[in-house]
Amino acid sequence: MIELQGLTKRYGDRTAVDHLTFTVRPGVVTGFLGPNGAGKSTTMRMLLGLDAPTSGDVRIDGKHYAQLSEPLKHIGALLDAKSIHGGRTAYDHLLCIAQSNRIPTRRVGEVLETVGLSAVARKRSKGFSLGMGQRLGIAAALLGDPEILMFDEPVNGLDPEGIHWIRNLMKGLAAQGRTVFVSSHLMSEMALTAEHLIVIGRGRLLADTSMADFIEKNSRSFVRLRSPQPERLRDVLTAAGHTVVSTGDGAFEITGKDAAELGELAAQHQLVLHELSPQRASLEEAFMQLTAESVEYHAHGAVTPGASVPVPAAPAQQGWQHGGPPPTAPPPQQQPPQGGGQQWGSQWRNPGSGKGR
Amino acid sequence: MAAPSAILQSEWTKIRSVRSTIWTLALAFIVTVALGAIICLVFDNTWDSLSPDDQATFDPTNTSFVGMQLGQLALIVFGVLVIASEYSTGMIRTSLAAVPQRGSFYASKVAVAGALALVVGMATSFVVFFLGQALLGSHKAQISDPGVLRAVVGAGLYMTLLVLLCVGAAAMLRSPMLGLGILMPFFFLVSPILSVIPKVKKVAQYFPDQAGQKIMQVVPGSDSNGPYGPWGGIGIMAVWVAVALLGGYLVLRQRDA
Ligand SMILES: Nc1ncnc2c1ncn2[C@@H]1O[C@H](COP(=O)(O)OP(=O)(O)O)[C@@H](O)[C@H]1O
Ligand SMILES: [Mg+2]
Repeated sequence: MIELQGLTKRYGDRTAVDHLTFTVRPGVVTGFLGPNGAGKSTTMRMLLGLDAPTSGDVRIDGKHYAQLSEPLKHIGALLDAKSIHGGRTAYDHLLCIAQSNRIPTRRVGEVLETVGLSAVARKRSKGFSLGMGQRLGIAAALLGDPEILMFDEPVNGLDPEGIHWIRNLMKGLAAQGRTVFVSSHLMSEMALTAEHLIVIGRGRLLADTSMADFIEKNSRSFVRLRSPQPERLRDVLTAAGHTVVSTGDGAFEITGKDAAELGELAAQHQLVLHELSPQRASLEEAFMQLTAESVEYHAHGAVTPGASVPVPAAPAQQGWQHGGPPPTAPPPQQQPPQGGGQQWGSQWRNPGSGKGR
Repeated sequence: MAAPSAILQSEWTKIRSVRSTIWTLALAFIVTVALGAIICLVFDNTWDSLSPDDQATFDPTNTSFVGMQLGQLALIVFGVLVIASEYSTGMIRTSLAAVPQRGSFYASKVAVAGALALVVGMATSFVVFFLGQALLGSHKAQISDPGVLRAVVGAGLYMTLLVLLCVGAAAMLRSPMLGLGILMPFFFLVSPILSVIPKVKKVAQYFPDQAGQKIMQVVPGSDSNGPYGPWGGIGIMAVWVAVALLGGYLVLRQRDA
């Protein structure tokens, strides 16, 4: 169990982490979600006693990190920045870590096996790919067989096969009753692994909720209508008591209504419809809206809260999160799209383009 | 609190498993010994061309240690890399996550680096002394001569203290570039140059290397009626080392990793 109480970190006049209070519980994967620069890595470093909090408190199983004797037997962590001396072999890297916490030497071989690095155990790690370095970091986290595991953006640099592997690893660890705390800036990634969700933006807590509740609350469903007679359509809809939102492309959106009902209404008034489609906002979009004000770095073009990007509800190729009723848990065999593992976060922007799908 | 022996063992694994340890220490040994041997050989062969004054103040023991002026540069690299590479590679975060008691971590690192430097330093100093004397022929000193054993042991101590000084300084600077960029020119150029400039040398003689090297002299030089003796000199160096190590500890304790 990890407990944060009003945890705050300032770097000069910049507040990286702002009064965070939450608890990470055992038995589930807890996702730690926030845009880049939200303060996830800083929070995790404070948890490990690497950075000193400006104020507030963080405890591991009731103790401060520095009070843990042989801490790696309690908590193992993969940090975001590479924290490995490249001149050392994978084996020696793990050996020196194991020795410091009196972890039996045989664990070194075991974790190398687990992460699939046995073949390169005697190679110096500076020759490793990003993914192999990530696996070595994960091996170090597993070394002490800890009850708490923490991974900072673990899928970074991994290929689709590696991403699949780490997801299953995390779920497996949680299923064994361990506490698994994993950060990401991708909602789609979290939706596939985490059962509980903690969302931060600009260092502040924005949501602390189960994934099911988050999906329930944030997947706004609405109906999209388009007509060659938009003015009349708007009047008819408004007269019927619906709240009409116009989108930039000449269509209207009605939230929380049945498509059939709206279609019949249009028919009664002999209106031609060019589009009548039930829609569901993607989780990614919900996340973008939640954090919109706190986004540190916009890629290109600001994200405008409320300017929803419509996503067709039905098409099967979009994956579950864009259509149908929101599932309460991710489907077990969800595979990353071929060759598209890295781009998931941006998929919501142009769902129709369907490149490569 | 993790067991001290466990942390020492871990630091020993760390230090022996990177190549820089081997090549810096080997280089320090080879350069010091080879250069010392060559200089002794040169003195033996050109003895007759020396002035009577130079012949009278010739210090065979100290002469065999001359190669250390260059060899110590490798020791500086060793001392700096031992700690600064933890920062440049990010390993420091892994290390402190494993051993959050920063004082224990630091003490173990200093102890392991110091012990290794002591072994290499003593080996270097005894080897270069006996080799140098053998090459000096009739002008050689005996280990049993007054002050000679002190000088040879002192040379080993000097090398150890120099490494520890660099460990402490690098712990304060937290970067190999900074550490090497400051320490190498200081010990190779700044200190030797300042110590021969009149007036300035009154201050420079208290620099760690100038003070520490006093212990290697057996025959007092013409200008060596300094304010401290051999043990006083190494004592002054030890104070520098203590200050550097303490400073390194305070920085490590205080700053985010
Ligand atoms: N050592 C540091 N010094 C100054 N600012 C920092 C430091 N570390 C992080 N920050 C700032 O704190 C904020 C949070 O960063 P970080 O924790 O890395 O976010 P995340 O991991 O969520 O992307 C950012 O604005 C970042 O620039
Ligand atoms: Mg980060």
